[in-house]
Amino acid sequence: MAERYEIRFSGAGGQGLITAGIILAEAASIIEGKSAVQSQSYGPEARGGASKSEVIIADGPIDYPKATIVDACLAMTQESADKYAVGIKDGGILLLDDDFVQKNPQGNFKLYRMPIMRMAKEDIGREIVANVVALGAMIGLTGVVSKEAGEEAVLRKVPEAFKDLNKKAFNLGYEKSKELLN
Amino acid sequence: MAKKVALLQGNEACALGAVYAGAKFFGGYPITPSTEVAEVLSAELPKVGGKFIQMEDEIGAMAAIIGASLTGAKSITATSGPGVSLKQELIGYACIAETPCVIINVMRGGPSTGMPTGPGQSDVMQARWGTHGDHAAIALVPNSCQEIFEETVRAFNLSEKYRMPVQVLFDEIVGHMRERIVFPEPGELEIIDRQPPSVSPADYKPYDSSKGQVPPLAAFGSGYKFHVTGLNKADDGFPTTKAELVDAEERRQIDKVMDNVDDILKNEEYLTDDAEVIIWAYGSTSRSARYAVNKLREDGIKAGLFRPLTIWPFPEARTAELAKQCKAIIVAEMNLGQMIYEVERVSKGDCAIGGVFRVDGEPINPGQIVDKVKEVL
Repeated sequence: MAERYEIRFSGAGGQGLITAGIILAEAASIIEGKSAVQSQSYGPEARGGASKSEVIIADGPIDYPKATIVDACLAMTQESADKYAVGIKDGGILLLDDDFVQKNPQGNFKLYRMPIMRMAKEDIGREIVANVVALGAMIGLTGVVSKEAGEEAVLRKVPEAFKDLNKKAFNLGYEKSKELLN
Repeated sequence: MAKKVALLQGNEACALGAVYAGAKFFGGYPITPSTEVAEVLSAELPKVGGKFIQMEDEIGAMAAIIGASLTGAKSITATSGPGVSLKQELIGYACIAETPCVIINVMRGGPSTGMPTGPGQSDVMQARWGTHGDHAAIALVPNSCQEIFEETVRAFNLSEKYRMPVQVLFDEIVGHMRERIVFPEPGELEIIDRQPPSVSPADYKPYDSSKGQVPPLAAFGSGYKFHVTGLNKADDGFPTTKAELVDAEERRQIDKVMDNVDDILKNEEYLTDDAEVIIWAYGSTSRSARYAVNKLREDGIKAGLFRPLTIWPFPEARTAELAKQCKAIIVAEMNLGQMIYEVERVSKGDCAIGGVFRVDGEPINPGQIVDKVKEVL
């Protein structure tokens, strides 16, 4: 079986986590030429509710498109942490928003905390880019695609006027994650 | 030159496949999880001289694509199970009036409104029998974004060739997931157009099958005038109650499909040659099944996968052969058992049959299939 790497982004609907998953899948499959499948599940609400997006990355074809044993997971809210920070493999990675998740999910994984929403609001000036901060952080923590591929995929996705903002957000998340690793 | 690639949703791939096939009309009514098909076609069809209409409801949408098709435009609608329920009356109309059209059903659960954002595969029998009266059905069940593009093209081809509605069924999982698609160049995939009449308007009979099972179809607006009705009709299109004419027409409309199953059927097999147990699965569930086959092989169990891409007409001959060869067939589907009845019917007791079913809005995972195989063997 081809080696799979499974990443799950979770949070509240409207936080852009499906977009974060799409950007990661673009980076892996279109820019780096690997196989990638991005999928999602969400409730009927347009905003709020727990939402998740999963990306499976492999060198060969991917059959089952959903997560089996999650290598790395992001949870932006307590509800999403309770619901989706499960099935993470031993030694895997869990990244939590430091302000919005109080109760740590239990498991034998490496736990990291980062004030993602606050960083987006205070350091970048726009809460809306929290998903891109989170994406930079997840790429930094996992190394599943290169920083360059991640950044290029972000820039391909956003309109010209928002490229600088998103580039800053991506790099902030990436650099901060490297600090967490050290 | 390198081919164009993109990361696309299954629904987006479906819309672009329709454009590649030459679709010129979409009539529909948005419904989760199919809406992106309409959304993309609303942007793409005008670029190729096509038309997009959001109709007042699903029934109107089905009527619109039948009408548009009769003017010569390749026509498509997209919906989910609840929408197909509404379209059923006019699906029968398209069958008896022999009007080519493509119906996309991105399946969710049911009955009724069910769970809009969850996947399901509970509309497969609806695709076969979902309209009253005897009729043939063609339904395709792709399992990846690339395949959705290609099977949408094939659906148009079959619809044009056999002059009948063709359904493409996938589910919320493949409809909404994104994968890399390599776009075929123009001309790379075969495109089939309906056969136009070779006689003058004065001599044209819309249901004249003297030269073949599928009568040529003229386009309204091209000078040919003919009568279209849901009643049983003679070859000139006008209603008839003559027993021998009605009988011959009814049978021809089914024979045109059943005499050509080799042209219509398509399937994929994986490690079936020496398989003792065959997983019989379609659509997104077949991806879980393939994962399960690999897992079972690692555990020393000779498992294989049979995956139909055409689910109607049913792949009878090959399923029956596999039943003779193996100890068990496990049917995995996101419903409480539908295609399993067909597998049981054609396997005639030659092997054990087991089912893996699920209707809670979650996909069937490979572990469930592995467990079932171990239980049955």
